[in-house]
Amino acid sequence: MAATAPVSPVADAQVAPPARGRPANPWRRAWQQFRRSRLGYWSLIVFVVLFVLSLGAEVLSNDRPLVVHYNGQTYFPLLKTYPETVFGGDFETETDYLDPYIRHQFSMDGNWAIYPPNPYGSQTINYFASEPNPSAPGRENLLGTDDRGRDLLAQLIYGFRISILFALALTTVGVLLGIVTGAIQGFFGGKTDLAFQRFIEVWSAMPELYLLIIFSAILSPSLGLLLALLSLFGWMGLSDYVRAEFLRNRKLDYVKSARAMGVPNRQIIWRHILPNSMVPVVTFLPFRMSGAILALTSLDFLGLGVPPGTPSLGELLSQGKNNVDAWWISLSTFGVLVLTLLLLTFMGDALRDALDPRRVDP
Amino acid sequence: MRCATRWTRGGWIHERRRTLQEQAVTAPLLEVERLQVTLSGQAIIRDISFAVAAGEKVALVGESGSGKTVTALSLLRLFHGAQVQGHAWFGEGAERRDLLALGERQLRAVRGDEIALIFQEPMTALNPLMPVGAQIAEVLQLKRAATRKAAAEGAVELLARTGLDRPAARAAVYPHQLSGGQRQRAMIAMALACNPKLLLADEPTTALDASLRMQILDLLQRLQQETGMAILMITHDLNLVRRFADRVAVMQKGRLVEQGAVEGIFASPRDPYTQRLLASKPRRRLDDAAAASGPPVLQVQRLQAAYPAALPGLAGWFRKGRFVALRDASLAVQPGRTLGVIGESGSGKSTLAQAVLALLPSRQVSGDIRVAGREWQFRSRVDRPLRRRIQVVFQDPFSSLSPRQTVGDIVGEGLKIHFPELSAQQREQRVINGLADVGLTGQQFAHLLARYPHEFSGGQRQRIALARALVVNPEVLVLDEPTSALDVTIQQQILALLQRLQQEHGLSYLLITHDVEVVWAMAHDVIVLKDGDIVESGSATAVLHHPRHAYTRTLLDAAGADF
Repeated sequence: MAATAPVSPVADAQVAPPARGRPANPWRRAWQQFRRSRLGYWSLIVFVVLFVLSLGAEVLSNDRPLVVHYNGQTYFPLLKTYPETVFGGDFETETDYLDPYIRHQFSMDGNWAIYPPNPYGSQTINYFASEPNPSAPGRENLLGTDDRGRDLLAQLIYGFRISILFALALTTVGVLLGIVTGAIQGFFGGKTDLAFQRFIEVWSAMPELYLLIIFSAILSPSLGLLLALLSLFGWMGLSDYVRAEFLRNRKLDYVKSARAMGVPNRQIIWRHILPNSMVPVVTFLPFRMSGAILALTSLDFLGLGVPPGTPSLGELLSQGKNNVDAWWISLSTFGVLVLTLLLLTFMGDALRDALDPRRVDP
Repeated sequence: MRCATRWTRGGWIHERRRTLQEQAVTAPLLEVERLQVTLSGQAIIRDISFAVAAGEKVALVGESGSGKTVTALSLLRLFHGAQVQGHAWFGEGAERRDLLALGERQLRAVRGDEIALIFQEPMTALNPLMPVGAQIAEVLQLKRAATRKAAAEGAVELLARTGLDRPAARAAVYPHQLSGGQRQRAMIAMALACNPKLLLADEPTTALDASLRMQILDLLQRLQQETGMAILMITHDLNLVRRFADRVAVMQKGRLVEQGAVEGIFASPRDPYTQRLLASKPRRRLDDAAAASGPPVLQVQRLQAAYPAALPGLAGWFRKGRFVALRDASLAVQPGRTLGVIGESGSGKSTLAQAVLALLPSRQVSGDIRVAGREWQFRSRVDRPLRRRIQVVFQDPFSSLSPRQTVGDIVGEGLKIHFPELSAQQREQRVINGLADVGLTGQQFAHLLARYPHEFSGGQRQRIALARALVVNPEVLVLDEPTSALDVTIQQQILALLQRLQQEHGLSYLLITHDVEVVWAMAHDVIVLKDGDIVESGSATAVLHHPRHAYTRTLLDAAGADF
């Protein structure tokens, strides 16, 4: 160095970054970025609240009372089945708590019963409705009943829960399969990649809907079967994205450095490439969820979905189609679907922005 | 507004009939007054004033982040999302106007017509899906209302003016079919299409090899003399400034610290930053007698590396060709010494690095590579102990550290693999020591081990990469262009650090670079690679002072360095 201001051989000319608490992990920064998007953040909160509420659907909407105090004793019909004789009825069968007689018994001296806010289960038929089925919204059924006399609000709550749970399961399976297959193709590349890609091309050409029709004709329809069939085809889109990320990342110098260090392949995949390939996976999560909900709903609508007797939004939609004059069926189901899909889309948009690498952090 | 000159079938009619005398009297062509650029509340350019006279060559010099490109782009308001204040008077006589006050439509007429731009990376600046000639012809049609046919002919003529051989044939090819230097010529041809009064050249030669660099510079020089245009060259390369420019303006952190005639500034810089910049020349501080005791730590004999490559035409459908990247290379790195490998892009020097590290698949390499006397087996479990002995530092400090691992994890990973017997505390202690060894301490950076790479500058990242390699106590370190992505002042610090580490730990380096100055500063022995062949080898003093091969001489000339 010449006769200039001496430069310390150690410290670079740049200023040390400000030391403020623990440095942020890239995922944490993405989360902070996500929170900054109001719409996405509130969508997440509303969605989580709705989902948690629907998990406790039995307490919110059920045809059994939560607690009954009858003749000095306390009963929990929600947890246990009591024959009608217990409450002064005539039959040995399970109590119908909506029966005006039973209700009368509970209102006698010293007796009381706490019913859920919506005193109908998803399959409860209101035999005591004051109107023919489907009955319009009113004091008895807040959102009316369907054409079999079942309470619509109850069906929506349970249908929402099943849709979300199904979508979560389908997304989880699809994401895991997609990551594993994408990682294998992208990391090993070459012939493995070539063979796998051709397989995907053949596999994606299979007519999914016909397979579903055929299988639902052979086997008895169930949620598990549906999950398996949809999972068989649901992983391919994501697998392509993960493959592309792996192909890009494995060429980068940090992977070469790890190989030069002697890091075994599975650790390179797990610790180096995978965390850097997760952006498309995470970004697509909400969109995959909404896709899964739509898939279940449309299959139910066609009658290829869940077995009869399962609350389902798709089945409600098809009822709405069959009873056009009962506007409350189609309208409320439509409302629930639109709300769910909108929330997921808003979350997805916010997530995509939060993980956008081109975005500059302020 | 159309171009200032008319295009006719016959060629160019220069309407600019200015004598040298007139030039001297008139006001500068471009006069920037108190330019200030603010981006999201932060001033990135502060209060800059400079001028470019007609026909003058001015260089804007600074390190990355100094704001030199921002300055140039904001003159044409091409820097989006920023607030620009100040004045930029441009033009001669009655045409003189403030660029920063013009409307978008008027400004569009200035861009390309009177002020043209060329960029660092012509591959991204040219449309990859359009033949080169058609892209130039498009400019002529758009800006000069030339007919299709005249435009096509004009494009060929422009390409010929930039010294491209077989211009008619070149006009019909796509950008990817041209080499880097040819692409840059095509870019220049496009910029000349409207005979601009001012050419903004943003690092026009940085992406090119040293020998091409000089050719492009000579070309710009010649074109400048022919057309009389002014050139504002943005660069970080001081050699280039010295060769090319009449005047120079030095920028640092958004401020203009010094400007003046090139000879004056280079002879007696006043500002401390300019002084430091000029002093930032790699210095040879070597113990030439570093005894070559013991057997070589890295020995390569008759190494050949070949990649499968696509064959042209129908043959490519049925079988693959072979591209030989490295032919019959033999070399040896002695303990405690540095072997410098000089070569331009495509010479096979990076292939050499990957081959000695056994990062290429075994079917692509043949020959004998021995690290500390032992040969690679190309079986990960068997080779693992050998990997501890030879480590690597790559060029790009931004891609060589995983963005989602903490510094502690990055540096500690090698210890987990090669020293599994260490406890977590011992490992952490070694990581801390290793980082301190390269000049990164917990006092400078709170929570150093828990930080992520994005929080560090390029030079600091390169130190982390160095710590990762050194923490396992290797004997040989492969340095693949370790400083070429860094600014000159930082580059010098890293080289000094490497020299210190070599003396302290007795390390051997295999230093791969295109930069003759770096080799001179670092290497005891040198080999020169060209197109996969070793064309010259010997001690650094012998090769660099008395080059025997013509290619070595070209490289040394191009570097313009005096040792």
